[in-house]
Amino acid sequence: MKTSLSQSVKFIITVLLTVIAAYAVGIYGNLPWWSFVVTNILIAVAIPQKPIYAFLSGVLGIGLLWFSLAFIIDSQNNHLLSSKVANVLPLHGSYISLIILTTVVGALLGGLAALTGSYIRKS
Amino acid sequence: MRLMPFLVSAAVTAGLVFTLNIQLKSGTSKTPRLGYFLSPQHGFWKNAEKINTDFNASLVANELKGDVDVYMDDRLVPHIYAEHDEDAYFVQGYLHAKFRLWQMDFQTRVASGRLSEIAGADKLSIDRFFRRLGMVYGAEKTEASINATNPVMKATVDAYTAGVNAYIKQLSPEDLPFEFKLMNYAPEAWTPKKTYLFLMFMSYDLTGRSAAADLQLTNTRDYLGYDLFDKLYTNQQDSLDPIIPKGTAYSTPAITPLKPVGSDLAYLHKQDPNLAFKTSEAPEAPNKNNGSNNWAVSGTKTKSGRPILCSDPHLGLNLPSLWYEVQITTPTHSTYGASFPGSPAVIIGFNDSLAWGVTNAGRDVLDYYELKFKDSTQKEYWFNGTWQATTNRQEIIKVKDSADVVENIAMTHWGPAMFDAFYQNPQSKGRNLAVKWTAHDASTGVETFYQLNRAKNIDDYLHAISLWKCPGQNFVVATKSGDIAIKQQGNFVARWDHQGDFIMPGSDTAYDWQGIIPMSENPFIKNPERGFVSSANQKPTDATYPYYLGTAGAFPLYRGISVNKQLAALSQITAQDMQAMQTSNYNVFAEMARPALMKFIQTDKLSSDAKRMVAKMTNWNLYNNEHETGITAFKVIWDSVEDAVWGDELAGSTIPLTKPESYILLEQMKRDSNFSVADDIRTKNKIESLQEQVMLGVENATKKLIALEKENKLEWSLFKATRVLHLTKIPALSRMNLPIGGGVNIINATSENHGPSWRMVVHLTDEIEAYGLYPGGQSGNPGSPYYDSFVDYWAAGKYYRLLFMAKEKLKANEHTKWHIQFKTA
Repeated sequence: MKTSLSQSVKFIITVLLTVIAAYAVGIYGNLPWWSFVVTNILIAVAIPQKPIYAFLSGVLGIGLLWFSLAFIIDSQNNHLLSSKVANVLPLHGSYISLIILTTVVGALLGGLAALTGSYIRKS
Repeated sequence: MRLMPFLVSAAVTAGLVFTLNIQLKSGTSKTPRLGYFLSPQHGFWKNAEKINTDFNASLVANELKGDVDVYMDDRLVPHIYAEHDEDAYFVQGYLHAKFRLWQMDFQTRVASGRLSEIAGADKLSIDRFFRRLGMVYGAEKTEASINATNPVMKATVDAYTAGVNAYIKQLSPEDLPFEFKLMNYAPEAWTPKKTYLFLMFMSYDLTGRSAAADLQLTNTRDYLGYDLFDKLYTNQQDSLDPIIPKGTAYSTPAITPLKPVGSDLAYLHKQDPNLAFKTSEAPEAPNKNNGSNNWAVSGTKTKSGRPILCSDPHLGLNLPSLWYEVQITTPTHSTYGASFPGSPAVIIGFNDSLAWGVTNAGRDVLDYYELKFKDSTQKEYWFNGTWQATTNRQEIIKVKDSADVVENIAMTHWGPAMFDAFYQNPQSKGRNLAVKWTAHDASTGVETFYQLNRAKNIDDYLHAISLWKCPGQNFVVATKSGDIAIKQQGNFVARWDHQGDFIMPGSDTAYDWQGIIPMSENPFIKNPERGFVSSANQKPTDATYPYYLGTAGAFPLYRGISVNKQLAALSQITAQDMQAMQTSNYNVFAEMARPALMKFIQTDKLSSDAKRMVAKMTNWNLYNNEHETGITAFKVIWDSVEDAVWGDELAGSTIPLTKPESYILLEQMKRDSNFSVADDIRTKNKIESLQEQVMLGVENATKKLIALEKENKLEWSLFKATRVLHLTKIPALSRMNLPIGGGVNIINATSENHGPSWRMVVHLTDEIEAYGLYPGGQSGNPGSPYYDSFVDYWAAGKYYRLLFMAKEKLKANEHTKWHIQFKTA
């Protein structure tokens, strides 16, 4: 039985690892955009957590990464492109909606991947 | 392992990855692959360029013979300084690709009928049209001829190609231009053929109108009968002010084309067979207003005593723009101007010695010949009294998510059989038609620009343009040494009257082209007494020119009158005066048409609303300025009157017919008021007078104008709603509803999605004083601040001073911001 403190440390470490690994496999544009799904599964296998925590670390890890990247890029671009894309996609030109959509897509898939990984380990 | 939850969660994860990794259907189009598109490390976010991007770079290229320095100014215009000419074109190719790669790919795909490959079967009819028109066929002929006979041009285009490919090679997938990600495909290597395909597309854009017009005119003639047709579509233009002043004497023609015996019956009156065939959609015909202004004033009319040259080509207004500004300086020449992404060298610009500009000649260089095939195999056709064999040209169209489509094109004496049992559109009406087009002949157009970039005097200019075949252009030139000249140049067919206006019989060589007019007989004028030369797509000459010019509908009349009137009136001209004239909104058509209309309007018999609208028109100052409402009233009234007069004659047709040009009604109104065509032929017991039709038109117009007034769209710029459209036509990537005046028949020829695509004013002083801009920006990336950075300035009628100077001076200039160094390995 693990203490709640070590559980939270483990959770935080998992989130950080998720961010780092996803960022690393994303640097090489030749790898598919969903490579983080693989790294999330591997991390969930390597660091066993309850499925719910694994899911949340995946959500938080990829959500955080995609949000920060999109947010930083967008600020440095004065929302020029995001405002256009938010009209190409049906988001009424709102760059905030587009950043949220980006975050949600990444987070959801990140969470599901980690959840899947956690079930491999869990007996 | 908990199997069930694992399986469920694995399935959901995989399903989501799959769904986000494919293009989903959305209406008639498809979404991007959403996961990829949204991924901040792969998708569109990577194209969101930093506002303060640092464009400094140092690159190594094995292909270079020496080092090349590029200085970028604050408008992102590159100034290329190379020791070798080929190196300069290598770098031009590299920069075109760096800033415009998607556009280069897309435009050559359109030209070569390869849209289906990326967009699916929806685009098949457009692809088939361009294949059957012989776009690829023409580009192949040009490539073969340049490779075989022109080592300098081959080396130039090869160097350009290598530059484009050097950029593509180093491009990582996450840095692909935005539109590739949106449409989900990847760029392929550039080839010299793509350059020639792009130039074929310009030939299509500027002379391809005949591909639609000849069919429509034939159908109109068949519908109305020749006599009524001849009355409605007269080629006479009373108010013509030609490019070459009236009264100029022409020498005896070298070719006297002979009209085939019996052609009055066999050709001019020919009836259509009215067969039923399955038809496919034709692409939008090239814009009727594809035209331009150019002029040069001699030192006798300028304040400085030096010539000034102006050029503003009117084309479709698109983002990314057709144009890309560049300075190219090598030991052989130093040139600045607007270039085409897709082609080496500068297309419209100036060098150390002279400036040049172009407008479209508008001459008919594309004809249809009707074929009679022996049987459905289309292996033989009737020609000069025997069955003649066709050859088969196969073109394979790849279609996304679908099987390849094979086009079997029967090649004939005339050219490709464009329309046959396998390909028809509503205007072709079941006919088998071969197309003959000067753009099918091997082109040496690239060399014209190459030579113009290096030209030092009028002789060099004449030599350069002697290589020009298609699309026929009016080349204007002004030199530092004080000469001005203009020549209409291209391969123009020596035609007998009306030859090629309609579909011609394809069974008889008597209908063939009997020669190309020798260059020495093409209209030319140098240093005329009036102190200026000009062109605005009007007929080049008066009726004493010994060759038939084609249907008058191809030659807009009024811009030329406006240009010549204003130039004649000006003296002590400065570059600023020329800018004002290039952006002038004066409506010379309305100046003539308004009083002609008013002759027929009985104000006291009008409704009160109509009175008010007519008053708006009569109180108007005749300028198509942004906020005027009088021009809107005038335009809607004039169009309604035309509809009332012509509408009945053309109403019964199931396919669109050619509407008579505006000048025909106007000149008729000025000539006499008993114009028989005014009668509404649908009312049997009554003969309507022109006056009744005008009054009817005014009342109809009033209804439209009142509706516009309610929508608050009476102001000219709101009514006209000028837009610069992204090549995909997606509004979010376009600039809509620009605050700008102008219009058709106006020197500032800005209509809905068409107008001055590059404005240039060059004062040929010792140190050249040049101004210019185009409605776009140097970057093709919608995520860049340089994507549309010139648009507002352009709409406001302002100009940038163009930086044209030697390397050391430019390097030190306050506007120079970045340095891209190309080093040879």
